[in-house]
Amino acid sequence: MDTLLVLLHTEADGSLPKAAREALSAGAETASGLGIADWSVGIVGKGARDAAGTIASCGAKRFLAAEGSDLETPRYGSDAAAAETLAKASGASIILAPATSRWCRVLSGVAHRLAGRPDAHVTALKAEAGKLSVTRWYYRQRFEAVLSRAERPWIILLDPGCQAPWQGAPGTCSVEAVAVAVPGDAKRTTVTGVAAPPAAEQTIRPDAKLLFVAGAGWTKKQPDGQTHAPEAEALILSFITKTQASLGGSKSIVDMSGEGQTTFKFMTHMNQVGQTGATPRHPKGLSTCCHGEEPHVVGWRFVNERRAVNLDPACGWAQGKADVLYVADAFAVMARVNELLKG
Amino acid sequence: MSATYEIVVCAGIVPDPLQTLEPVTGLSGPALKNEMMLPNVLDPWAACALYEGAALVKKAPGSKLRLVSMGPKAKLQQVMMTAAQKAAFELVPVDGPANGFADASAVAEAIAAAIDTIAGLDRTKLLLFGGWESASRGSGAVLQIVGERLGIVNQFQGVDELAIQPDGSFRVLERIEGGKHQVSTCTGAPAVFGWATGSLPEPPNNPQVGMANMRTVLPALQKAKAVALAGAPAYASVALPAGRRTTKIVKDVPVDEIARDIVAWISE
Repeated sequence: MDTLLVLLHTEADGSLPKAAREALSAGAETASGLGIADWSVGIVGKGARDAAGTIASCGAKRFLAAEGSDLETPRYGSDAAAAETLAKASGASIILAPATSRWCRVLSGVAHRLAGRPDAHVTALKAEAGKLSVTRWYYRQRFEAVLSRAERPWIILLDPGCQAPWQGAPGTCSVEAVAVAVPGDAKRTTVTGVAAPPAAEQTIRPDAKLLFVAGAGWTKKQPDGQTHAPEAEALILSFITKTQASLGGSKSIVDMSGEGQTTFKFMTHMNQVGQTGATPRHPKGLSTCCHGEEPHVVGWRFVNERRAVNLDPACGWAQGKADVLYVADAFAVMARVNELLKG
Repeated sequence: MSATYEIVVCAGIVPDPLQTLEPVTGLSGPALKNEMMLPNVLDPWAACALYEGAALVKKAPGSKLRLVSMGPKAKLQQVMMTAAQKAAFELVPVDGPANGFADASAVAEAIAAAIDTIAGLDRTKLLLFGGWESASRGSGAVLQIVGERLGIVNQFQGVDELAIQPDGSFRVLERIEGGKHQVSTCTGAPAVFGWATGSLPEPPNNPQVGMANMRTVLPALQKAKAVALAGAPAYASVALPAGRRTTKIVKDVPVDEIARDIVAWISE
């Protein structure tokens, strides 16, 4: 019989991130599906004990918390020690955690310490007849696989956006404080802060309803024989500001910025979608001036409704991948879209 | 910069991203159709790690750059014909499967064992580099586990910048949620760096570097030990995602009408 730990961490302000509540929701369903009544929640980070109160009614029987100055910032050595300690304290054979950057950094290493196995970027869990299987993608979202494991403990990192977040009333619960011994060597690393682009150039919005993908076509010569990168930059920035869309870029366009060619100052490798970029989750996606597999196939695998603006009606990547392909000049279309959005 | 480093880059090989891939079920589980026929490349993010490692060696003269790579010998040799022209390194090959369906823990153990065999490796100076995720399994697990296996508890993932400070410490930028970077300092080696894209363009091919590398690469490949990997998960299915979409082509329509349609759609 398996036992379950849902392993969470708090944010810098002591709250639980949305991804944590999604993992909690998946954990409750998994416990139910596997017939596990006595499942546990472990929370690491600043305000962990208080955070347990906000999810007191989730159905878990045990709440474990690890907090202290060493655990307030995401750092491999201390987070790995905390996760290892909570896992051992819970005795869980299945450990479910949100695939946040903090947990993705450490939990495969923790699986090694526990002589277990990790599976990251899981998109779905299914508990049936006492057996758990998970779904994850291989080869950059090209193949979808369903798999299970005999090895325990099994650490599963659930990708954000795959499950409805747990919602319930806060309450009171008995929280076991767990002391974590952070090795001295781990303290050679000090987290000093977060670097973010200026607000006007903050173009990556994971929770946006719309993903806007710009391709290298924006930087190519237009019908007048000239390039119009500044105009393109203004059009794109205006659109994503008005719609609060998240901005993605094809590999071609972000590579141009890396190679010092004229492109958009707000477009970095962080914006890239596709093979060596992100595969973000958004309800809708609009690609413009993209002519390749990356934005149309790999990059928006998890985008539900997809439209493209493209001058080539025969674009093999858009056809069959997009719901609507507008054959038009993206400069003209987006300029008019921006005018309409003003009103 | 007076410190020297032992930079070990762990890099797998993957099918060229432009290839069409199809899963098949082989004798030992899922595999890629015509796997041995597909042209391979160095895993993209791991390749970024190699270029960053090569740049760091230039900044810290006396440092060494080694590349640990696992794959079938013939495929490794094919990839090295190009990769060896990018930077001067010593290859530590492992003759084993390259596909993403192998178990990350078993792969990590094989790679760690290969690093164990590197003669004269000063682990106090070790910087373990690799991609933060592969383009095959994409789990971000192997490098962490190799680090654990080698006893390294200062690890960084999604690294876009590693700057050596005047006092020898590192300033590290790691990707986190929302297009931001976490900024950390680390007093020095040993440490693990799972690279994202970094900041360096792909170096041009340098045939002279390639020829010099191949003098050691080919003998190393001949001596590469074969490893068998166990512990793969039980795959119930591996499939291409369902079907094509029916794409509506909107052509010869005034710009204003298209714009209104788009605005209406994003407002729904």
